[in-house]
Amino acid sequence: MGNFLQQLINGLTLGSIYGLIAIGYTMVFGIIGMVNFAHGDLFMLSAFIALLVFLVLTKILGVTSLALAFVIVLIAGMVLTSVWNWTIERLAYRPLRGSFRLAPLISAIGMSIFLSNFVQVVQGPRNKPVPPMFNEVIHFSPGGAYDVTLQYKQLVIGFVTAVLLFAFWYLVQKTALGRAQRACEQDRKMAALLGIDVDRTISITFVIGASLAAVAGVLYMMYYGVVNFSDGFLPGVKAFTAAVLGGIGSLPGAVLGGLLIGLIEVFWSSYFSTDYKDVAAFAILAITLIFMPSGILGRPEIEKV
Amino acid sequence: MTATTHKIDAASATTGIGAAMIKDAIAAAVLAFLLCFPIIMLHAESDNDGNLFLTWRPWAVVVICAIAFAGRLSVSLYQARPVADRPVVAAAAPSASAAFIGRYIGAFGLAVLVVFPLAVWASLGSSGSLKWIDSYGIQILIYVMLGWGLNIVVGLAGLLDLGYVAFYAVGAYAYALLATTFGWSFWICLPLAGILAAFWGMILGFPVLRLRGDYLAIVTLAFGEMIRLVLINWIPFSGGYAGIASIPKVSFFGLPMRDAPGSFAEFFGLEYSPIHSKIFLYYVILALALITNFVTLRLRRLPIGRAWEALREDEIACRSLGINTRNTKLTAFALGAFFGGLAGSFFAVRQGFISPESFTFNESATILAIVVLGGMGSQIGVALAAVFLIGGFELLRELEWMRQLMQTIFGIPDFDPAQYRGLLFGLAMVVMMILRPRGFVSTRLPSIFLKEKKAVSGSLVKEGHG
Repeated sequence: MGNFLQQLINGLTLGSIYGLIAIGYTMVFGIIGMVNFAHGDLFMLSAFIALLVFLVLTKILGVTSLALAFVIVLIAGMVLTSVWNWTIERLAYRPLRGSFRLAPLISAIGMSIFLSNFVQVVQGPRNKPVPPMFNEVIHFSPGGAYDVTLQYKQLVIGFVTAVLLFAFWYLVQKTALGRAQRACEQDRKMAALLGIDVDRTISITFVIGASLAAVAGVLYMMYYGVVNFSDGFLPGVKAFTAAVLGGIGSLPGAVLGGLLIGLIEVFWSSYFSTDYKDVAAFAILAITLIFMPSGILGRPEIEKV
Repeated sequence: MTATTHKIDAASATTGIGAAMIKDAIAAAVLAFLLCFPIIMLHAESDNDGNLFLTWRPWAVVVICAIAFAGRLSVSLYQARPVADRPVVAAAAPSASAAFIGRYIGAFGLAVLVVFPLAVWASLGSSGSLKWIDSYGIQILIYVMLGWGLNIVVGLAGLLDLGYVAFYAVGAYAYALLATTFGWSFWICLPLAGILAAFWGMILGFPVLRLRGDYLAIVTLAFGEMIRLVLINWIPFSGGYAGIASIPKVSFFGLPMRDAPGSFAEFFGLEYSPIHSKIFLYYVILALALITNFVTLRLRRLPIGRAWEALREDEIACRSLGINTRNTKLTAFALGAFFGGLAGSFFAVRQGFISPESFTFNESATILAIVVLGGMGSQIGVALAAVFLIGGFELLRELEWMRQLMQTIFGIPDFDPAQYRGLLFGLAMVVMMILRPRGFVSTRLPSIFLKEKKAVSGSLVKEGHG
């Protein structure tokens, strides 16, 4: 039982990170129908940005309060990653609207290769060990039946994820910006006729996706304590799996899918084998896309002739 | 009245740099600064104790911001040039000279390819020509063959396959395992590897029959990665990360190509040299690639080939005209996989060692990029793209002068141009999609025609749609 609870906590932590990345996939897919292949690498880039900002704060500016440094890293990471994604959308995807259907996907694959190689060139191919943060743990009933360790990091991850999800849910559901975004999702041409700046709305969607990916990047860096230029691909694919599993286009679906993928991955490694956990993730992706392409909470796609 | 206003507009446009342009350019520079600020300006390096320390690179950021400023300004100036200077956008009809080049480039290229290794050998000698034949000739031809194989799936049938490297891996492991376990010769294993890969193409093709577009691409990616991960983890079968070593080399009709009695060199009374086997391998891969090309060209004229192209253009129309889309898709997957498998088993015999590292997603992306950059569906375009991309990557390794330059002028100690290949390669894919989404060769010769073959502009066909 203790092991089960422990794995449950670990799975939910990992799942929150996947959920945050998955929102970026699901929103972009919802609005322009494109699989943003570079999103995983953007997440990796944001982890690097966060690491560098954190090092500047602690080593050069001499910030000693960890909580303050963490908040600054979070905000700086969100802003700078948003600038990156805004620029990427502007340069690599916007000129392709109206091109043939696979053009944006191929462009995004190119962007993904570019980003990971860019980070490899400018920051070097070796793993970067991250200075430890929030290392304290809470130990429940040591030796008892419910022997569970809860790390402070996991609390921070859960808290940050919940707060940001609420904030962005509010943004999408209750503000004019969110209404414009949902309108463009339903019918871009009609939204444009009603005076919504579609290009701007799409840019904002990329910015929102990027800021959530940046939060995931900061949390990932803190949780695993190491970042590498190749860390974008697998979490990216798993988050995409999460988005599809939850129903692509649906925000709560992305979070639900993320938590499910996190739980499946953790329980799979705990009860079956660590070696095949990535195979499991890919298998879920293939099975979901083939047998229930509209996911758990998604709308079924109607094919118009 | 209107004429005068036109003149004024033109005049104000020609005055050169306006305030708005400067503003734009400054915005671009600021944007570039924000992009570069932490990730380029600072460099985190870890010492041996695992502590990170920062080094600063302000000059790189200054240079990038200056480039962004100048670049944005020149784009604005270019866009604001007087109307009279703008080139008239010609209708996208291929000219007669293009048609002429198109007709003879194939024959010319073939002649060059046949003569290439002998010419290099004759001019550079045994040791000097090794690099050119091995890392340029053979390497490029492997990718030409892979590109042509994937072209059947992506270019002709319009099914975007991101996991093509899986079939390459199946072919390579099929030969490696059959040869090391049963000691079968390459010439027996080669068709077997191809058939096995085609079989896998069908197995993986079946579940994705009803998917299209992006979802199809992602599922094929998942399958490709699953095969690689299984190869990594199923150690008793595939050796895991360690891979399979000492794979038997190819023999020349039963004559082993090594320094031993009864070998190829002895039989022909030549002095032994490793270049012989390289030249032989070169011709083997050339023949395999040409077979791929020949089969594709012939199949395009058969009903099945026309069905592929019809499927690419419009699946629903295809189905309503009674084409069996299931069989059409499966044959495309199987045939593409077959040639991938042949190329894989050639790769295994050439390397003598294989491991899952050679079959990553990057490899799939490279092959896809070759097909996309060449112009999906165009055989000659794919071959040219393979020469440019793979040859270009190999050339990057040779830029010793650039290393010297960077060291003496900018003081960068260990500048390695080869590091930048992935970066340039990703950029090339993006830029190509924006500027020439139809690839280098954007005209198509119809597979079937009445009386006379007329080239069609690539913008009239819908490669990869849907």
